[in-house]
This record gives sequence, structure tokens and C-alpha cells, in this order.
Amino acid sequence: MRDSPVFFPIVATIHLMGLAIIGGAVLVVDLRLLGFGLQHQPAAAIAEDAERWLLRGLAVMVSTGILLFMCFATKYYYLTFFWVKMAALVAVIIFTWSIHRRVAMAQDADARPLRRRLVALVSLLLWTIVAIGGRYIGFP
Amino acid sequence: MSLFRFFEWLGNTSWSIELHESRYVFLLVLMIHVLTLSVFVGTALMIDLRLLGKTMTRVPVSQVVTRLFPWSEAGFIVMVVTGALLFYAAPVMRYTNVFFRFKMAALLLAVLNVALFRLSVYRRIDDWDVNPVPPRRVRIVGVVSIILLALIITAGRMMAYQDYWFG
Repeated sequence: MRDSPVFFPIVATIHLMGLAIIGGAVLVVDLRLLGFGLQHQPAAAIAEDAERWLLRGLAVMVSTGILLFMCFATKYYYLTFFWVKMAALVAVIIFTWSIHRRVAMAQDADARPLRRRLVALVSLLLWTIVAIGGRYIGFP
Repeated sequence: MSLFRFFEWLGNTSWSIELHESRYVFLLVLMIHVLTLSVFVGTALMIDLRLLGKTMTRVPVSQVVTRLFPWSEAGFIVMVVTGALLFYAAPVMRYTNVFFRFKMAALLLAVLNVALFRLSVYRRIDDWDVNPVPPRRVRIVGVVSIILLALIITAGRMMAYQDYWFG
């Protein structure tokens, strides 16, 4: 696969489209929690809608990511950034479907704004580490 | 002076050469350019999906647009600034790249699509603001936007592979 001039770029392109889907799905929720998003809407409703697209984005990212990994498995295995990315990815997935989900799905009346902001920041920070790690893996 | 000559001159200015050879600054700009994609295309995609009735169907379209479009715009500005720097680092190489030209054309059409949306169907948004699934003409805008954004991403990624296919 790695020798094909067509396969790798195309899969990498679809991988980037997955980045856009995840970016959108994460931002609508975290911007809402931070107070810069759809503030007239209940956070829980936004989070519920976005979760579907987050899952779709993750499906695209993980499946194309595995294919990209297969192209250069031994190179990636020895890259620190690859493991940083994987660790951040596992962390953000666990965080998203535990603490983040509970906080986002809470009734707005019961929500504590400071905790919401903190949870959104942690989520954005972890996703950013995943993304930066991904970019560094590709650097020459 | 032809555009080619101009870009040739631009590429020989000292800042262009410095940026081209700086490696770390160049890679940093490239990283910001690629990662801001998640903000620019990400929020634009969420607006488009709302236009298609595929997400946040209980939220009025006008709210999705007014609250998310500024983020898409901010991302767009970062994309244009970092993109201009990447162009400046190697003007002739970019200018002669087929995928670069294709990307710029798709980008222009995407901006035009948004402008047309604002000047046409969006003016009568009160008629369909709360519809879970907006009228067909609005959905077409969403589909066209998604296709163009996908083409921009594809062309951008393929720029690095010009030599493979046209070398």
C-alpha cells in the first residue's frame, strides 16, 4: 500500500475530512459549554445531536487511521508522537463518554458554569493534542 | 509583468527564502493551517448539515448561522493568513501546481456559494427558519457547500503529490 502513489494520499484526504467532522461535532458542544455557542439552546440537546456526528467522524478517522498506520506501521511504532496521539485519543474518548457527557447532558438549571467551562477546556485540549500528534506523525 | 514573473520575483525576496528554509517556522505555519481546518470546515459543516436537516433540527437555522458562522469566519481568516504564508514561502511552486489552482477555484466557488445564499434564500429565512428540514433550494446550498469543502480538502492534500501524478 505504501508504494501506491494513489492509496495513501486518498486515505489521508478522507482522514482529514474526518478531522473536519470531529472538529465540528466537538466545537458545537464545547463552545456551548464555554458560553460562546448556541446559548439559546439547552446544552443537552446540542450534545445529543452532536454525538451522532462525533461517532460518525470517529468511525471515519479510526478506519482511515488504521489504513494509514498499516502503510507505515514500523515507522509509526517507533515515533513518540504516535504514542502521544494514541494516549490522548484513548483519554479523550474515555473523558468524552464519562465526565464530559454527564456534564453536557445535565439540565442547564442544575449546571455549574465553572465546571462546564473546565470540562470543555479539557476536552478541547485533549483533542488538540490528538490533532497535533497526528500532524507531527506526518512531518518529514 | 506576467503573474509568473511576479511570483518568481516574490520567491526571491529574502523573507520568502528565509521562510522557505526556516523549517520549523514553516512546519509550524503548516501545522496551524492544517489543524485550523477543524474549526473552519468543522463549523461550516455543522451549518451545512443544519441546512440539510441532518443535525440540530430543533434549533432555528438563523440561530445556528448567527452563532456558528463567526467561528467559521475566524477559522477562515486563519486559513487564509497561514495559506498566504505557505504560498509566499514557495510562490512559483504553488502557482504552477495544478491542485493549488483547482483548490483556489473551489475556494472561490465556496465563498460565492455563501454570498449567494445570503443574498437569496437567507433573506426569506422567516418562512423556513424553524423547519426541521429546510426547503429544497436551501438544501442544495448545503450540499454544494459540503462538496466544495471536500474538494478544497482533497486538492489541498494532493498538492504535495503533484509530481507523482504529473511529474
